[in-house]
Amino acid sequence: MTDSRIDFTAADHAAELARAGAHVTGWRGATLLLIRRYPLGAIGAVIFTLFVFAAVFADVVAPMDPLSTNSRASLAAPSATYLLGADFMGRDVFSRLVYGARISLAVGLGATALGCLFGILVGLLSGYLGGWIDLVVQRVIDIMQSLPLLVMALVMAASLGPSLRNTIIAIAIPLVPNVARVIRSNTLSLREMPFVEAARAVGMGELRIALRHVLPNTLAPIIVLATAQLGSTILTEASLSFLGLGVPEPHPSWGRMLSESAAEYVRTAPWLVIFPGVAISLIVFGTNLLGDAVRDILDPRQRS
Amino acid sequence: MPEAAAKPVLEVSGLKKHFPVRKGLLRRTVGHVFAVDGVSFSIGEGETLGLVGESGCGKTTVGRAVLRLVEPTDGSIRLDGADITGLRKAELRPHRRKMQIIFQDPFSSLNPRMSAGDIVAEPLGVHRVARGKALRDEVAALFERVGLRRAQMDAYPHQFSGGQRQRIGIARALALNPKLIIGDEPVSALDVSIQAQVINLLMDLQRERRLSYLFISHNLAVVEHISHRIAVMYLGRIVEHTDKKTLFTNPLHPYTEALLSAVPVPDPAIKRKKLVVQGDVPSPVRPPPGCHFHTRCPYAVDRCRIDSPALREVVPGHHVACHLR
Repeated sequence: MTDSRIDFTAADHAAELARAGAHVTGWRGATLLLIRRYPLGAIGAVIFTLFVFAAVFADVVAPMDPLSTNSRASLAAPSATYLLGADFMGRDVFSRLVYGARISLAVGLGATALGCLFGILVGLLSGYLGGWIDLVVQRVIDIMQSLPLLVMALVMAASLGPSLRNTIIAIAIPLVPNVARVIRSNTLSLREMPFVEAARAVGMGELRIALRHVLPNTLAPIIVLATAQLGSTILTEASLSFLGLGVPEPHPSWGRMLSESAAEYVRTAPWLVIFPGVAISLIVFGTNLLGDAVRDILDPRQRS
Repeated sequence: MPEAAAKPVLEVSGLKKHFPVRKGLLRRTVGHVFAVDGVSFSIGEGETLGLVGESGCGKTTVGRAVLRLVEPTDGSIRLDGADITGLRKAELRPHRRKMQIIFQDPFSSLNPRMSAGDIVAEPLGVHRVARGKALRDEVAALFERVGLRRAQMDAYPHQFSGGQRQRIGIARALALNPKLIIGDEPVSALDVSIQAQVINLLMDLQRERRLSYLFISHNLAVVEHISHRIAVMYLGRIVEHTDKKTLFTNPLHPYTEALLSAVPVPDPAIKRKKLVVQGDVPSPVRPPPGCHFHTRCPYAVDRCRIDSPALREVVPGHHVACHLR
């Protein structure tokens, strides 16, 4: 793929940043530029990094065991000991949120990535090849789209059984049709572009044209879609867990923390509802900001 | 320049392209668009053949079919002595080096996500002509040849003007050092002042590299300037084909006559005999029987409505498809 690519020794950091950040040399300069040019994106990156950090180093960050119960601390309000309060079983909400980041991020990012990957593949093939392949694929997608996302995920989760991996798969599959549709419609218009014809006139293979000329030009909608889906995947996981089909107890996930306490404790112990909700909102907000910045950075027209 | 040289670079004979018209759930073919309906011509080394006609007459399809970007329905294409008509993709690849295309739209013909340098380098990469430093040097040389600066290689298409973008397109077409370049309305989207620059660049390149051009355009003035010979197309067929001087001084086909009288002359004092054609071009889905032009031809006789005229050499070097000549 890379043989026809020229390695330019770019003079300024803008061009370095342009190369998808893949081989950015001056990290400091690139970071400063990112902050200056995309301040919102930088905020998003910070939020995202913090959550990922918390998830990876949960053992160090969390002050308590997220699973250990304490009847005396049942529904304790936020205090110095219980930073964000404690739940009905006296488990520390902050620690549970930190550990919950593991599951929620794994599910959110995993399902979004998996769903988008397959969606892109299906959409690109369907749109680029056309003909009867396209016809069959589109009818299957019609069938999938006629079922609500949650119902699809429920059926998937129920048949696969509860586990982290199965939850990711169950949530990813219903995403595929949406992504595929968007990518297909983009591909349909892109494959008729003269620059695609030029590549064909040169004798470039169809697969290479699809990957090099069509796919990069569908990047913007992919990123927008992916960041928009991230929030909904985390919430779908919450619904599945609430119904006992998600990641099994007692492992904490933001979605389940929220949905379990929403009905019962919203008036008596609002911290049980507020903090998981804030965590979900923050990660969705952060990834949206980050996604917008990444989309702009990857688009040459937005750069100069 | 004279008639096609001893060995033509491109020889097209009996080229046809019929696009199926599909309808309904089962996508049944209910008819055909007769875009190109039996076109023959040849282009010699260092020669430019201008292909003119109004929009929808099939001239662009001829260009695409020669490049095998659309599959010809019938006919044969010989490139540099080799028949490339039936070749499969892989077999066609080495021949692709010999022919390239310049597009009309300088915006959509360049991938917005690739730098200008990468765009020009791509053909060289695909055919593994050069890599690394050699590739970069070659691309730089191409940039300089078409009047762009070496430093502009890192810039992206949106940072260039229309004329500069067209130069990038020319550099890409030149990269593989082809024998034949098909220009599909290569200057139609440009400002008039820029048109002249690009045309001059194309003519300079032709002299330097003995390039052959198939120059497709609806602009007669531009075609007159760049071409050695001109073929006039109407509804999928060539109706007249001769050297440019003869065509402009002594057109024999009524359609050519009408086309020429529609060209504005920048001198209000000159009174010209005007042949104004009535009506619209018939649909290429249902072309009229006989001579395709008879529905609008002021001279049409009964025979024209039944019998399709062949392209005949009426005067040496002057081919016309008309019963009346």
